[in-house]
Amino acid sequence: MPKLDKRTADALVWALLLTAPFWLTHVGGYVELGSRVLIYALAAMALNFLLGFTGVLSFGHAAYFGLGAYGTALTIKYLCPSTPVGMLVGILTGTFAAALIGPMIVRLRGVYFAMCTIAFGQVFYFIAFRWSSVTGGDDGVSAWHRMPLDLGFTSIDLLGNNKAFYYFALAVFAVCAAAMAFLLGSPFGRTLLAIRENERRARFLGIPVDRHIWASWVISCLFVSVAGALYALLNDFVDPRAMRWDQSGNFVIMAVLGGMRSFWGPLIGAAIFIVLQDYVSSETQNWMSFIGLFFVLVVLFFPRGVLGIIQRKAKP
Amino acid sequence: MSLLRVDSISKNFGSLIAVNNVSMTVEPGELRAIIGPNGAGKTTFFNLISGFLRPTSGHITFDGADITDLLPARRVWRGIARTFQVTEVFPELSVHENLRIPVEVASGFRLRPWLSRVAAEAVGARVSELLDMGGLASKADRLVGELAHGDQRATEIIMALALKPQLLLLDEPTAGMGDQETYEITRLIRRLHQGSKLTIVLIEHDMRVVFHLADRIMVLDQGNFLAEGTPKEIAANKAVQSAYLGQAA
Repeated sequence: MPKLDKRTADALVWALLLTAPFWLTHVGGYVELGSRVLIYALAAMALNFLLGFTGVLSFGHAAYFGLGAYGTALTIKYLCPSTPVGMLVGILTGTFAAALIGPMIVRLRGVYFAMCTIAFGQVFYFIAFRWSSVTGGDDGVSAWHRMPLDLGFTSIDLLGNNKAFYYFALAVFAVCAAAMAFLLGSPFGRTLLAIRENERRARFLGIPVDRHIWASWVISCLFVSVAGALYALLNDFVDPRAMRWDQSGNFVIMAVLGGMRSFWGPLIGAAIFIVLQDYVSSETQNWMSFIGLFFVLVVLFFPRGVLGIIQRKAKP
Repeated sequence: MSLLRVDSISKNFGSLIAVNNVSMTVEPGELRAIIGPNGAGKTTFFNLISGFLRPTSGHITFDGADITDLLPARRVWRGIARTFQVTEVFPELSVHENLRIPVEVASGFRLRPWLSRVAAEAVGARVSELLDMGGLASKADRLVGELAHGDQRATEIIMALALKPQLLLLDEPTAGMGDQETYEITRLIRRLHQGSKLTIVLIEHDMRVVFHLADRIMVLDQGNFLAEGTPKEIAANKAVQSAYLGQAA
């Protein structure tokens, strides 16, 4: 296998994503499946900003994913029937909540951090579950749908046209991925790598570690709320399961499965996860057992994830 | 004015008194060695100066300001850099990246999401200069974790220097090294001290290194101050001989 340099890999990923609606149907998929992969990939990549590039494991990202989704759904349903406005409110809600919770948890490390993120995540889950008058409780927020995208000179029908929604999601995904890649290549991004590599060394090089972890946490939650907003639009529906702790676990599985040290790893992980889920769940209700088994095998034998295997093979 | 003043500092861990009422004054440009048998409290003393630990009592003054209660990162911003007894580097990053990070932090770029071309070039030039200083230029693209122990040590010292410190704290810079590596590191420290007039405080077990490098030596024993003086005075000190050198002889 020839060695994949970074630029070729990037070009390959974008080419595949740009053409997906045209080849997906020929390999047994469908356009909506592609949209779902994109959205979960964005969530897993956002989580991996914190996990793979700052070295901090959150098990509560579903909360901010869910806040993004609920913010979008409730805004479109009750306040303003506009897709961009709904998304904006959702993203701001998720990011703002993360910014407030951040200072309470950034001093914790390892499993303590993970447990506290679960706990805060479940707080939001139960609010969504119990506050029926606003969130619809267990029934979720339904009876609304994504609105056409008004660009002034023309209007794009996101609802009736699956391909149009896919490309809308891809555009949002591209902006977020580019922003994350840009940040990771900056001096600020390198301080995050420093914290991942050796927190003590980072501290004694003059990096205020807790503050930088807070910043990384907020950035990560910002992008996961974007994914949540898209998720609400994809389904024209949101219910409390979007923010339950097992959803957080799924994001972690995707990131680790694909390879958390590589930028595109979570995208690969999300693709495998969603496609396996789609195919296996049509055969058996126990699809999670298969993903679980696959996950255990990957972690046991290829701790750097699926992309880690490819990259190792690619080394001469 | 002295650069570093430690006033009757103590550190207790429960009932164990690791450092007991020790004072020390370091002048600008001085190279001070701290020696003492195992368990003398040398590393604890270091940790108090660098902010890794808070003292139970006593005060630390650096460059005229009280730094006793400052967090480690803030002490670094004031000009105190340190290395550790067990090498602390960024193992899965290249030597170049290991040096680029402290250079960017020291340049005030740690929160920058981008750098202008001029700033990036200045950072690059500084990194090259540091690579040359540590004799690491040929290994710039290797991961630090893959380097020999001596090169990792050198990387760590150069990382500390990248911060342009006023005071460099070295905790056993030659620990676990062979003769050749010890020689290289000793030469590097000597160059920094004599060439750049950098103030250095180091802990060291290798007496050849200590007597070769130090302007003054402080001896600790079981957490207590035992003696201080020039290498000659310390070598002649009866109390030191019985507590420390006597063991080795």
